[in-house]
Amino acid sequence: MTLAEGVQLVSTIILSVMMIGAAIGVVLLSNIVYSAFLLGGVFISMAGLYLLLNADFVATAQVLIYVGAVNVLILFAIMLVNKRQDFAPMPKAWVRRGATAMVCAGLFALLSTMVLATPWSFSTTVPSSAGAIKAIGRHFFTDFLLPFELASVLLLMALVGAVILARREFIPESAVTDLQATPLTLPERPRELVPVGGTPSQEESK
Amino acid sequence: MQLQYFLILAAALFCIGIFGLITSRNAVRVLMSIELMLNAVNLNLMAFSNFLDSLEVKGQVFTTFVIAIAAAEAAVGLAIVLAIYRNRDTVDMEQFNLLKW
Repeated sequence: MTLAEGVQLVSTIILSVMMIGAAIGVVLLSNIVYSAFLLGGVFISMAGLYLLLNADFVATAQVLIYVGAVNVLILFAIMLVNKRQDFAPMPKAWVRRGATAMVCAGLFALLSTMVLATPWSFSTTVPSSAGAIKAIGRHFFTDFLLPFELASVLLLMALVGAVILARREFIPESAVTDLQATPLTLPERPRELVPVGGTPSQEESK
Repeated sequence: MQLQYFLILAAALFCIGIFGLITSRNAVRVLMSIELMLNAVNLNLMAFSNFLDSLEVKGQVFTTFVIAIAAAEAAVGLAIVLAIYRNRDTVDMEQFNLLKW
């Protein structure tokens, strides 16, 4: 084993342990802010694994999009919906957790045996990251052109849809006329504040 | 043996994501579990692209598409969670029975 192979093996093991541990922490920790930061750890170790798989472009995209955009978006959402409430304990909660854990372990065993039993036809060429970006760009503009353009349209739809969903309700039609004066702002109804500790029955009776 | 190692790692991450998706009660944590599952699929695609298809790197193209779709999904999902939170004043998944029956 040469030095490069040793470094590759050790970094693969370290990144895998980091990724699995952070993922278990995301699922099992009770504080959701810790979960969000551990999710960033999962994304960063995933980018390291992509680098080990000779994909530097996708590793960069992973860090930029997942850590830079999605994780920050999740943190903002946690700050916006942060209520610090303790959920009401459900009866038979351990039955659900135990059944789910058993199903997940069974699925993992099934996938592992499938992976180990399948005769894979390995590529004979030595993988390298030298021409990967050129190959990706060529795929984008020749045989994957239609999905590429559809992805841009979908991103635009998601942008508009997120804005429409997350903004407050429209004001009634009678009050539109005098509120149109301020430019560059959408008209909004002044929000009535929800009383702290309100029960759901009060919310529904409004 | 390298390919099988990465595939088993991705399977483990996917199962952790399913466990979190079903058992968690905070709506934001459900979205985080979905991100974990999408990342597991991405790792599968990258391993296939490196070990089975190293000349035409189509797995990396698919992974880029999945990353774009996941970003859109996260934005819309968090907006939906925010809208539900404004209506119901909670993020508990057990109380979101609007479309149940």
